[in-house]
Formats: sequence, C-alpha cells, structure tokens
Amino acid sequence: VTTEADVSPVARARDVVGTADLTDAALRRFLHGLPGVDQVGAQARAADLSTRSVKTTAKAWAIDLAISMIDLTTLEGADTHGKVRSLCAKATTPEPSDATCPRVAAVCVYNDLVGTAIEALTEYGGRTAASWVNVAAVATAFPSGRASRAVKLADTGDAVRAGADEVDMVIDRGAFLSGHYLQVFEDIAAIREACHANGRSAHLKVILETGELATYDNVRRASWLAMAAGADFIKTSTGKISPAATLPVTMVMLEAVRDFRALTGHQVGVKPAGGIRSSKDALRHLVTVSETAGPDWLDPAWFRFGASSLLNDLLLQRQRLATGHYSGPDYVTVD
Amino acid sequence: MAAFDYAPAPESRDVVHLESSYGLFIDGEFVDPRSGTSFKTVNPATEEVLAEVSEAGEADVDRAVAAARRAYDRVWSRLPGRERGKYLFRIARLIQERSRELAVLESLDNGKPIRESRDVDVPLAAAHFFYYAGWADKLEHAGVGPDPQPIGVAGQVIPWNFPLMMLAWKIAPALACGNTVVLKPAETTPLTALLFADICRQADLPPGVVNILTGAGSTGRALVEHDGIDKVAFTGSTEVGKAIARSIAGTRKRATLELGGKAANIVFDDAPVDQAVEGIVNGIFFNQGHVCCAGSRLLVQESVAEDVVDRLKRRLGTLRVGDPLDKNTDVGAINSAEQLARIRMLSQAGEDEGAVRWSPPCELPDRGFWFAPTVFTDVAQTHRIAQEEIFGPVLSVLTFRTPDEAVAKANNTPYGLSAGVWTEKGSRILWMADRLRAGVVWANTFNRFDPTSPFGGYKESGYGREGGRHGLEAYLAH
Repeated sequence: VTTEADVSPVARARDVVGTADLTDAALRRFLHGLPGVDQVGAQARAADLSTRSVKTTAKAWAIDLAISMIDLTTLEGADTHGKVRSLCAKATTPEPSDATCPRVAAVCVYNDLVGTAIEALTEYGGRTAASWVNVAAVATAFPSGRASRAVKLADTGDAVRAGADEVDMVIDRGAFLSGHYLQVFEDIAAIREACHANGRSAHLKVILETGELATYDNVRRASWLAMAAGADFIKTSTGKISPAATLPVTMVMLEAVRDFRALTGHQVGVKPAGGIRSSKDALRHLVTVSETAGPDWLDPAWFRFGASSLLNDLLLQRQRLATGHYSGPDYVTVD
Repeated sequence: MAAFDYAPAPESRDVVHLESSYGLFIDGEFVDPRSGTSFKTVNPATEEVLAEVSEAGEADVDRAVAAARRAYDRVWSRLPGRERGKYLFRIARLIQERSRELAVLESLDNGKPIRESRDVDVPLAAAHFFYYAGWADKLEHAGVGPDPQPIGVAGQVIPWNFPLMMLAWKIAPALACGNTVVLKPAETTPLTALLFADICRQADLPPGVVNILTGAGSTGRALVEHDGIDKVAFTGSTEVGKAIARSIAGTRKRATLELGGKAANIVFDDAPVDQAVEGIVNGIFFNQGHVCCAGSRLLVQESVAEDVVDRLKRRLGTLRVGDPLDKNTDVGAINSAEQLARIRMLSQAGEDEGAVRWSPPCELPDRGFWFAPTVFTDVAQTHRIAQEEIFGPVLSVLTFRTPDEAVAKANNTPYGLSAGVWTEKGSRILWMADRLRAGVVWANTFNRFDPTSPFGGYKESGYGREGGRHGLEAYLAH
C-alpha cells in the first residue's frame, strides 16, 4: 500500500480511467461506468449494520478508538483565539482525570486560526512525538467552494504556510452536478499540489458535501473522482448543509475506498462529518468500517469523525463503563 | 490494526418459561394425548432437550376435528366479520406484546439467529394477523363473489423453517374467512405453536376455533386424511405434498400446497453490485438456507462472474456463525441432525461431481448441528446441487451469457417458487418477470415478505397462494 505522494495523481487517474487524455467525456465515461448503487438496498444494508450489538469490552475498545479518530471541530464565524485554545486543551486531554483516555486525532479550524491552534497544542503537550494532535484547516472558499481557482489556491497556501498538517477542501458541487468533472478533478489536483508546495506535505481531505449530491450514485462517482485526483481522505460534509453524514453515505464511500485500493493498491481514508453526535451513532459507523472496508481502516490514519459534541457523549459513555453508572452533562467539560 | 471483535451479546432466556412437558391444545384446553406417547424437542444449537411434547394419535385427531367442527357450526361461522376481526386484532397485538418471548423461544427451538426471529419472523407473524384482521369484515369486496362463505374446518400442516410465521400464514386467513383450524406444527419445532395456543386463550378466542396437535409425520397424515376436514393447507417438501395430493384425490377436500424450490438469483452485468452481493447473501444464508424460496442458484452473467464471486467471498468472511441467541449472529444452527445429514450428502455429491467447494474460515461449535456457509463454483446445470433442493446454507454458482440463456436456465427446474433479478435496467426486469416461471420475482432485492403480497408456486412448488387478497381465496367457498 502506498500512502505518500509517490505516484502523481494525474498519472494514476489516467491509469484508473484508462485514457491518456483526461477530458470531461473520458471522466464521464468512467464515472458513469461504475456499478450503480441501489438506494433501497444500500439503506437496508446500513440499517442492518446498525443492529450490531456492541457491549462491554468491545464497547470500551470502540469508544477509545472513536475518541482517537475525532477531528475536534469549530467552524464558526464567531470563533476566537480563546475558543480555539480551549478546544486544543480538550483535544489534548479530553478527560483530564484519566490518563488512559486517548487524545483526539486533530483539531479542525478555519485557516486564520491554524497558528493559534498549533501554539495552543504545543503549550498543552499535544505536539510531542508521544502525543500528537494534528491541525486541520478548512480551505478553498469553505463551505460553498464558490471562488476562482486562484482564490482557492491562495486560501490553501495560507493554511499550509501557517503549518496546517491537513487541509479540508470542498469540491465545486455546481461543477460536479453539471458534469464538469474535469474542472473538479483539476481543482483537487491543483490543491493537492499546493498542499505539497515548499517541501510540506499536508494531507488533503476532499469534502464531497454529499447532502448536495442527492443520490448515492453521485456519492460513489464523486468519491472516485476525488480519489483519482489525489485525495488522501474523502469526507462527507462541511457540516453546514443538512443532511450531513448519514450511515448509508459513509458506507457507499467506504465501498469506494475499498474498491479503489483493490484496483490501484492505494489506500484512501474516509471522514464522515456533521450530524454524528451520539456514541451509538459513532459505534455504528465503526461497525460499518469494519464490515465494509475492513479492519485496515480501523485506524485514525484512515478513518475520522468530523465532530464537536460527539466527544462529550463518548466521554460520558466511557465514564459509565468505568463506574457502572451514568453521570450527566456537568461531568464533562463544555468548551 | 486490531479487528473489531464484538463481545458476546446474548439475548436473555429468562423471558421464556418452558414447561417440562406439553399436552395437546384441543377445544381451548391443554389435554393429554389418548395414546399417551410423547417425544422430545431439542435445541439444535446445543442438543439440549427443551421439553417433552405429546404425540397426537388418530383418536386425538378425531377429538380435535370434532372440536373444530363444533366451534365452526356453533360459533365462528356465525360471528359477523367485524367480531372475528376483533379477535384477530387482539391476537396480533398479543404477538407484539409477547414478541421477545416468542423470538427467544423460536431461536431456542429452531436454531435461527435471534436477529432474524426478532426482526423478521415475529414482526411478520403479527403483521399477517393485522392484515387479515382487516379483511374479516370486507370479504364481499375481495373479488371472489358477492357473498363469499367459509369452507369449514381446515387441517393445516406446517414446516420447521419458520414455525410461527408459517402458523400465522395459515391461521390468520383461515380465521378471517370464518373457518376453524386444526394445525400440526413440525415435529422439531412445536414450541412457538404451543405458546401461540396460550395466546389464543389469552385473547379469549372461543374454544375449538384453533386446535394445535403436535406430532410427527403420522399425526400429519391422520389429520390430512381425516373425513371431518374440508380443506388441507400444507407447507413442506414436494414429496409429502404429492402424497397429500394423492390421498385427498376424489374427496371433497380442497388443498393449497406450498412446496419446495430451487430459485435462481440472476445477476446481470449492470447490476448494483454491492447490493446484489447483499441480496445473494440474504437469498441463501438467511435462516441457514432453510427457506423454500431461497436463492440457492446464483446465475451470474459471465462478464462479471469473477468480480461478483470475489466480492461474495469477501462478504462471507464477515458472516458470524454461532450461538443463535447472540444478537450479532448471522447464521445459526441447522435445525436437525437429519437435515444436516442431507446437506452434507448433497454437498459431497457436489464435490464428487466436480464443482469447486469453498467456505469462509469459521469455527463451528462442538455440540449441536452446524454447517459452514458454502459456495460451489464451476457448477453445471446437470449437477445434483444445481437441480435438487438442498435446504441449507449452500449456494451453487452458474453463469450465463445472454438474457435468453438466463431465463432458460432459471426455468430449467421442476420447481417454480421464486426468482431474483438484479439489473439497473427497468425494462429488463419487466421482460424477465414475464418469462420467469416463478410465483414470486424479486427485482433488486430477495427474500422480502409482506402480508399484502401473494406467495406461492408454479409447477412442483405447489398451488394456491398465501398472503394478500389472493390468500383469501384458499379459505372461501365461492
């Protein structure tokens, strides 16, 4: 499995699509040649996976795994340095009284707050080899993506220069829905290059905004398009559109990364974001990861939850498993 | 990375109260059999004896039929439809109220996963009673004539694969139409029928309207051949179905027979492949393949055969075989030693005839009756595993090149109960459905049941329909 940028995305895409000449028509032929997704069947399968019963030791293991997969997120116009600092403290030590509680995978902020986040994480001990929390920045005219490529690249450049470890970009849904696949492809490939500029190698997460893509067929096609263009992760949603992440959508994306690896040998991660608030929901997603893509994806390097309130619910469940009784919202911190 | 090992999540048995021995349910009472003989029913997952069950002899059949006749003449056939409907609604609600008890008992006695008894068998049984309860006062609108009348006493014999659900399929329409019944559950799975007898009492159903006689084949024969019944309803093997048809020939008795199957699940190259794989799994591994309409033959278009089989094998690697009462179990125990022997014999025949056998790695429990999910590839139409009903978790994979060939191969069996078609092309679904000689054709799904939808066979899969408006016809004189 190759994990770094050792193959150029364009070369790989040509390989995957099976043509030397990447055009809208060629991409369309390829994407529309992917097997369809039957909506009823996909939803039934996701509902089926939701009936798995995860208890006792399995639950404890899964809760800790879920915590370690969280991209703790704040993406508000009202975000301040103080808010981000407090988020970073939570990210590093979600449960200050319990050293066995894992840290989260990353904090996710707008790119003008990347510096603040890195500083705060460093201060709270979240940037050491033993305990590392990534900083992810949303970029490319998040959440709408309605800007010129030059602006998107500048946005990305800002984030990377400020030291972001990961960049969460949005695709141009308008272009995708109107069949301008090459434009979406080139956007992603260009942003990927910007992530790798000046010797940096920020991980690229590509947000499909599945709530605006409307069909599972589109989710599958957008997933393949993003992977072919060099996404390190494919991500469901910005969190600004409803519906955000749903279990069937995550499942369809997991099928896509599984099949993409089978075809190319290249593993891509998946990040459902928005709408996952309860531990039960998080565990259902992990069950779906395990039974759809397989155990290789049960790792923060390959699966993330974009969430904010989920963390506290996981902590409450974790406390309950440790003590045998439920506490309440005042026994976890509000950030 | 570590795998996600689900910890054991067993459903509690405490909700079920088992008696050490059970009588026969005749005329609203549990009574001892005149013959005094009994047999044991075991948990097929552990071989633990669950209870001692009475074996009804000819004298008991006489008693039960007489009780049913009395209830028919004096009470049930005279009740207005809306009153019969009230009882059926009450029974439906009681099934829902006691659903956990019924589900656990069904899994204990049958070996099927609790996930299925809880989410499929018991809800569908309740839904069937609700559905036919609604018909009870609307029979003149069923399209079978202006004033349809009940037939009389129905003798009903049901199989062990869906004990409670088959009971509901038989009893609900019979009672809705004004008939009374004597029902014989299968020898290996009598317990939920006996619990249902208790539900009838709880619902204050008039005595004799429902009578439950436990026993083996001889009890069933005595019931079917009894002069006092007007109608035979049987679900089970084609062999027994033929014997019943012979035995009632020349009598006034009507019959509906729901018999075996060897369904084709047909996957075209443009199918939604991930859902098709789910449909294949659900088609043959649901209820350990103990399903008369199971998709036991996978017909896959040659151009995608390799891909589909690879995906299927990967998916089978995630199936969890084991304790039926564990909420995460996908495949439970084979119902009996006898059935296990048949599955083993036919699988061996598949190997001997040159088909390639494959099973995912899975650990089977030491005690009880178990068979790993099995896929045969390189199967030819002439192989026994492509022709005979295995009634177990064994899939035979065949290929085809064109839609015509798919139809020809799918129809090339003495059976005709069900078929599945997987394609994104709507016109092809209709084209196939027109040509497939099967009572049910599922499009982009498989093994979906609903009380509003008629179910039944072509050819050696039997005659008559159960479910829906059509299901009323079997219990109405017109």
